[in-house]
Amino acid sequence: MKVNAAIGQMKPYKGDYKRNLSSLGDLFEQLEEETPYPDILTLPETALSGYFLEGGVRDIAISREELFSDLLKLYRERVSRIDAVLDICLGFYELADGKYYNSALYATLTTTDTDFVKAQIVHVHRKFFLPTYGVFDEKRFVSRGRTIEAFPTRFGMAAVLICEDVWHSISATIAALQGAQTIFVISASPGRDFGGQHVGSVRRWKVLLPSIAEEHNVWVVYAGLVGFEGGKGFTGSSQVIDPWGNCLTTGSVTEECLVCATIEQEDVAIARAASPLLADLESALGDVILQLGKL
Amino acid sequence: MNRLPVLRATSIEADSDINLEVNEALLNEWLIAFLRDEITRRRGFKQAVVGLSGGVDSSLVAYLLAAALGPENVIGIRMPYKSSSSDSLDHAKLVADATGINMETIEITDAVDGYLKLCQDADGRRRGNVMARTRMIILFDQSQKLGTIPVGTGNKTERLFGYFTWHADDSPPVNPLGDLYKSQVWDLASYVGVSEVIVNKPASADLVVGQTDESDFGISYPKADRILFYLLRGYSAARLCEMGFPDSEVTLVKKRLDSTHWKRHLPTTAMLSSTSINDYYLRPVDY
Repeated sequence: MKVNAAIGQMKPYKGDYKRNLSSLGDLFEQLEEETPYPDILTLPETALSGYFLEGGVRDIAISREELFSDLLKLYRERVSRIDAVLDICLGFYELADGKYYNSALYATLTTTDTDFVKAQIVHVHRKFFLPTYGVFDEKRFVSRGRTIEAFPTRFGMAAVLICEDVWHSISATIAALQGAQTIFVISASPGRDFGGQHVGSVRRWKVLLPSIAEEHNVWVVYAGLVGFEGGKGFTGSSQVIDPWGNCLTTGSVTEECLVCATIEQEDVAIARAASPLLADLESALGDVILQLGKL
Repeated sequence: MNRLPVLRATSIEADSDINLEVNEALLNEWLIAFLRDEITRRRGFKQAVVGLSGGVDSSLVAYLLAAALGPENVIGIRMPYKSSSSDSLDHAKLVADATGINMETIEITDAVDGYLKLCQDADGRRRGNVMARTRMIILFDQSQKLGTIPVGTGNKTERLFGYFTWHADDSPPVNPLGDLYKSQVWDLASYVGVSEVIVNKPASADLVVGQTDESDFGISYPKADRILFYLLRGYSAARLCEMGFPDSEVTLVKKRLDSTHWKRHLPTTAMLSSTSINDYYLRPVDY
């Protein structure tokens, strides 16, 4: 199966949910003009609010149901085709059960529900590793997610990880062991260190993302926030990596853009047949767990 | 005996600039994007005001602003005092001519002397502070007139040394250079095309005739920058000495750094509630 992936590398207006939602509506309209029409749209971490909100998280955070309702309403207002379907994966500050989280929603949007495809919330991932050092202060403002879970989508098993989740290789390993064949990574990564060919944090992503793809033979779809917040610039560089670790396309470091690539799902099996590292891990998993149990 | 070839990692020398090297093209692109986002997108201003001293910092900022906003949207203001070097004025004009930005000249002598004649006992430091604060009054007022903001030019080295007038040089709301050491400012200035006569001249606040930054510090910028880099990374003074940095220079730099933390913060406010601003009530600057 071919899956047309699009990444909306957005530059949100800080704390202005309605305005950012309107920008997303513009993007929905633009997607209608794109050929092929995307099957899945991925947006960065905190795409509709901006990232560094501090105490503003409590002003901006919404429930997953409220976000989904807003997205669906927007999609049906802005998309004219009556049989349009789009999966969407995006980051948001979530309010749930009296707690705030840095979360990612994966949902299916339709202009019209059918017996085969219905608009629905598919999955919510809450950021598992919250950076709280240097410029980051997440633990002060949001609670930590407790699970990493692969989940079924219209296009097979997938998982979502948020920014620092991926800086720990174990997160992607867990997702792959659970069956994810595509890992969506969303981030708000402030750029620092300008001594090399790339901004330092981009250099790190350029190592991390292909490593995940190549080790587990999964597709990696990466959406990076872009734009400056209080002097801190996010590094964009949204990209799609194939199961051999090749980057198919990369977005700008500083500007908004739409990054598109076609995911050939059968490539996962082809890559794994040649390099069965995940199968090796699965067969040794009992001993791995034993070793972890000693910690 | 068959000996294996030895491939030994070399230590970084104390006089190496390797950690201060920047990718100028990348940095230039980043700072232009920063200025566009922070001035235009976030704050909604089309124009910007910058004080042109004729030095390398303000010259670089003028080049960056011209690239970010278009030269027609940048107003460089020369603000000489009667003792200011004529080179400073000439070099500022060089920058305006080269970039195509607008340039104005507003003398500060009458304003400064109007106050200082009431303070005949004012020493050089006080006089310098009055000049710096007068310049900032002008930059903010001219910005108000134009409906825009002034852009700062202070670099990381002078910020870490506390070598600026508090709530004067450091007060513009946007500053592209504040996280660049002076050595890096020189590199980037050369890259964007700031005249060699500006880049290569000794840095000076030009508050006193013949004054230079480095003579005020007692250490050159390149040496200070290398030491600051490691101190901020978290290395101890003892480790820097082990690496080959002279003890006297490490001590000098560390003393300046440790004695000026207050200058890099807002005023100390008595906290009296659990909604104390910036203690409990936390909202980012651009929220």
